Formats: sequence, C-alpha cells, structure tokens
Amino acid sequence: MLEQILVLLPQVIFDGFLLGFVYAMVALGYTMVYGVLELINFAHSEIFMIGAVVGVEVFRYLAPALPNGYLLLLLALLLGGLIAGGTAILVERFAYRPLRKRGTTNRLVPLITAIGVSFILQDLVRLIEGLWHNEFFLRMRTVEALEGSVELFGGAIFAQTKAFIVIVVSILMLVGLTYLVNRTKLGVAIRAVAQDLSTASLMGIDPDRVISRTFLIGGSLGGVAGVLFALMYTTVNPYVGFLPGIKAFTAAVLGGIGNIPGAMLGGLVLGQLENFFGTYLPILTNGNFGTEYKDVVAFLILIFILLVRPQGLLGQVVKEKV
Amino acid sequence: MRKLGLVVAGVAALGMALGQNVIKIASQSPLSGPQAALGEQIKLGAELAVEEAKARFRQLGFDLQFVPYDDQANPDVGVANANRIINDPDILGVVGHLNSGVAIPSSEVYARVNLVMVSPANTNPRVTDRKLPNVNRICGRDDVQGPAGAEYAFNNLGVRTAFVIHDKTAYGQGLAEEFKKRFEALGGRVVAFVGTEETSNFVPIINQIRGARPIPQLIYFGGIYSQIGPFVKQLRERGVTTRLMGGDGLDSSEFERLAGSQAAKGTYYTTVAGPVSAFPKAKAFAQRFKQKYGKEAEGFGIYAYDAANVILTALEKAIKDNGGRKPTREQVAKAVREVKLEGLTGTIEFDEKGDIKKAKYFIMQVAGTGNWADNKLIRVVEVAPPAAR
Repeated sequence: MLEQILVLLPQVIFDGFLLGFVYAMVALGYTMVYGVLELINFAHSEIFMIGAVVGVEVFRYLAPALPNGYLLLLLALLLGGLIAGGTAILVERFAYRPLRKRGTTNRLVPLITAIGVSFILQDLVRLIEGLWHNEFFLRMRTVEALEGSVELFGGAIFAQTKAFIVIVVSILMLVGLTYLVNRTKLGVAIRAVAQDLSTASLMGIDPDRVISRTFLIGGSLGGVAGVLFALMYTTVNPYVGFLPGIKAFTAAVLGGIGNIPGAMLGGLVLGQLENFFGTYLPILTNGNFGTEYKDVVAFLILIFILLVRPQGLLGQVVKEKV
Repeated sequence: MRKLGLVVAGVAALGMALGQNVIKIASQSPLSGPQAALGEQIKLGAELAVEEAKARFRQLGFDLQFVPYDDQANPDVGVANANRIINDPDILGVVGHLNSGVAIPSSEVYARVNLVMVSPANTNPRVTDRKLPNVNRICGRDDVQGPAGAEYAFNNLGVRTAFVIHDKTAYGQGLAEEFKKRFEALGGRVVAFVGTEETSNFVPIINQIRGARPIPQLIYFGGIYSQIGPFVKQLRERGVTTRLMGGDGLDSSEFERLAGSQAAKGTYYTTVAGPVSAFPKAKAFAQRFKQKYGKEAEGFGIYAYDAANVILTALEKAIKDNGGRKPTREQVAKAVREVKLEGLTGTIEFDEKGDIKKAKYFIMQVAGTGNWADNKLIRVVEVAPPAAR
C-alpha cells in the first residue's frame, strides 16, 4: 500500500497544483468582490462557465483557420476573459447596482439575487447552445500543437503540454493581479473602496467605476480559468461551473475571504486535498471508500481548519476597519 | 347570431364526440439535458409507430394521438409527469423511460391506476422484479447484461484483471456490480471498484488506474456516455491504452463525439438495443425514420417503435374484446401481458414479471470512423431472464 502511494505521489501533487491554480483564479473573483462589496457573488461560477464555453467556441471556429495552436489559445484566453469580464460587469450593473442604489441593507437580498442570476446565466447558455448547435455537452477541439506530453523524473510524472500551459498562464495572471492591486492607481482605488466605500468616494474616487472594474478583473480571471479548464478537461456544459464555483468559494473562505494571497493559497490547498483524496481514498481505506467521497473528505478537512482558524489561513483576526 | 350559435353548438358537439373516442399514447424520456440524444430516439421511435397506426384506429372509430413527455432523466420530473399522465383519462399506455432510476418511481404512479408501461430501455432488475402488473420491458436486464460482458471479457478477450468504475446511479452501479460478480465467479480479479459523479475531472481515477497493481487488463465503466466520453478522452490523452468496456449507456454516437473517434476506437460495449444492422427487418423502418425526422435511427429508436407497437396491438385486441368500445386501463394492461408480437427486434412475449421471454444482448465494438452505424457487431446472445426470486 505504501509503495503504491509513493509511486503515485509526484503525479498526484503535480495534478493537484494544476487543479489548484484553476481554483485559485476562480477564488480571486469571489474574494475581490467580497473585499469591495461584502457580497458573495454566486453568479461567479457561471462567469467561469461562460469563459469555458467561449473557449470551446473559439477553438471550434478558429482552429481550421489558424495554423498556430498557441496563437489560437491566446485568442481563446483573450476572448474568454473579455466576454466573461463583460458579463460580470453587466451582472453588476443590472443586478447588484440597483439594489445598492436603493440602499438595501439586508445582506440576504443581494445573495439571493446572485443565486437567481446564476440560474439565469446557466439557462441562457443552455438555450443559446441548444439553438445554435443542438448540443448540451460541448467538446473542446483537439489541436495538434497543444497535445504533446512528456515524462519527468523517470516517468514519475506524466505531464501534458496543456498542463504546463495551465500552470504558466495562471501564474502569470496571479502575478499580474498582485501587481495591479499593489502597484497601480486602479489597485489603490480598489483597496480604498474595499476599506471604506463612502470615505473613498469623498477622496475623489468614483465607487461605481471602481466596483465595475473590480467585476471586470475578477470576471476576466474567472473566464481565463474557464478556458483553461475546458482545455484541460475537454468537455463542458452549461452547468459545469457549479462545483468548481463552490470549491473556489470555499478556497476563498479558507484563505480568508477578501484576502488576495489567501485566495491563491486556499485554491492550491483545496486542489491538493481534492486530488490527494480522489486518488488515495480507495487505497487508504482498502476500497471501502471510493473516489466519490473525495469532496466529502476535502470539505471535512476544510471545516476542521476553519474551526481551528475561523478567519481563514491568511485572514486577519480583527475585522474592524481602520 | 343564431347561425353562429348553431356553429358553436355543432363544434362543441363534434368536440365531445371526438373527445370520447380519443386514445392517447404517451412517451416519457429525457428530451432536454445531458441524455437527450438517447431520449429523443425513444420519443421518435414511439411517435412513428403511433403515426403509422392512426389509420387503423380511425377505422375502429378512434382518434389516436401521441403525447411526448420530457422526464429530463430526473426522477422528480418523471414522477410529476406521471401524475399528469394518469390524470388524463385518454392516455392508455406509456412508452418509456430511458433511465431505470426514473422508471422505478414513475411506474409506481402508473400502477395506482393500472396504466400500462412498456419500456424500451430500462435494464435495472428492480423494474420488473417488483412484479407490478402494469410494468413490462422488451429489452434485457443488467443482471444478464453485466454478466454477458464479463463472460466475453474473460472467455474471449482473455482478460483476468479489471478496474471497475460506476456512476452511482441505479443503472450504472447495478450494471457494474453484476459485471463484478460474474467476473469474479469466473476467476477474474477486480482490482478496484470505484464510483464517481464527476463529469469533467477524471484525473484522480486515471491516476488510480495508472498506479493499480496488478495493472488492470480491462476498465469496465457502468454509466452513461456523457461521463464515459470525456473519461475515455482524458484516459487516452494520458497515455493509458488499457481496453475499455461499458454497457448500453454508452451506446450513442454522442459517446464517439465526446471521446473523439481516435480515443473511442476499439471500445467494447454490451447493449440491450442492438444497432439497425442487427435486425434485418428494421431496415425499412430506418429508412422511414430518416425520411420523416432527418436523423439516423439508433437502437433505442427501434426498441421504442416495438414498445409502442406492443401497446397498440394490445389496444386493438382490448377494443375488440370490449365490443368496439374504449377499453379500461386495466384491460389494456392485461392485454399487453398476453401479447405475442413479431416485432422488428424479434418475438415479443412477456413472462409473469413483465420481462420479455427471450431478450437479446449484443456485444459491440466502436469502429471509430465517426459513423456510429459502422460499429462492429461481435456477437448476439439470447438469454431468458432469471426466474423470479
């Protein structure tokens, strides 16, 4: 048993990172919106799904015309990010902003709105894809240039070219976001609004515009993550966002919601937990618990971590704002 | 005004007269969502049979209608539809469902009013093992289908170790369990028995397969094409070349589309609904089907056509026995049990549980040409259902 675990371990850790980076990118969308509005934007999982669907469509239509696989991927990532980000802006503009303007103080109202929006987006995509292609399951087109694979460390890790792409793109996005938030004017504005919306507006910041951009950035990250998810796991459908969305949300809470490095860490931890238990549960329990329990175990551990550290891994204990 | 009143009264009278002589046949199968590709075949097959019988029923003085319902492969929706169906007194028979998990609770609703159901696709043993007088099926059972696959793998492919996966539904898990039972009884070894509801990320399971000792010679997946397709694609992408086998849940061209022809090629599957090529008599049917709907007929289309014809034949007999008047649901259910019909798929006769007396099981292999009809029929086994327990 131990031997079996050790043989697979490098592979499991590698695949865990892969999944973890995707979760981290989605988790950032939750955490940024929460940081700014204290709203849990459950529609974010559908923003992720829209990115994935756009990725599939870009590959479907442009693959025959574009000989270069990487250019194609770049285009898919750009379009996926833009369309998903654009959808996020629309959602904010038409679903959340009216509530905010009306001064709704009940925290449940925007939350329920978010859930409603998420259903609307799911069925909208289902309707469009149904009318357009009469397809429910959308398959990512295979492109020769992106299909290679290598064996690392004497066969201990089997890695596809796609896996490297996922890891590199997501690290670039995460670094880019960190730079944006910490070093640019927009980043300062976002942090100011997160700190105190009304005071920030007194300092000459237009909060609506900052909130809109926050949705754009978070949504684009989610969209890019969706494209990468479709590239990696090949089949998507209008409901594919739900589970990754819930997990990314959990990752954001685990890292300390509102905290950007926390969301990344949370995503990576969750990716590792899920993959670890997904692979090893049957081996560890001698076949009594199968892979189907991977989420149960991962979430049990999360609950345990949150019992010990309720504010999340990188969250601050003092909730009071300066 | 008087004239208009007369016309209205006339139309109303005509409507009532017609209303009394309307007989409806319902179908229930998933028409939207992940399994619509299979469900639509059931709807269209049944519809074609009803269309073709319309003239015959008009001569008997009845207006025959077809009412399709969408159960979305969801037990709740199936039961809700079933309640609507039993409240429409004109519906005298149901063709359906696709999923055993939906058929089992829905058929209990039909049983309340003795509404007859003939299933073209439900393979879970419990569908007929409950011995409901209104539930029948013209296809085989998982406790024969699973073993048929196991025997072929063990005896003909020479496989000794298998990695078994299922989708945790009544259908998939039941099938996988029956496969495992027979495979072990034959002397094979099941290295793992794993369930998953996952639809996109199969990496953890693929890693288990790559790390399993002894290395499995066969992967058996009890589930539906929507899961097996992406699974196979990811499996092959990761360089695992182990042979793969599944049940009738992957018997759809959608499987090949999702997995990609390259990855799907060579996959074995057992099915209870053979391809058009397996039934010489179905050739003309397939042409009519294509002409009317613009789609290729697949296995479940043929079976649904037969299932509908079973109900229609029984209906005609019940009408005659009833002196030309509309029979009760009970009479129709009884007549269905006594039907002996030469269908496209062979002789249809039911035993006391509602199982077909001799069901056909097909062992198939995916050709990987992009055309599902090209798949190779390896062998046909005819087996009687196990005796009632």
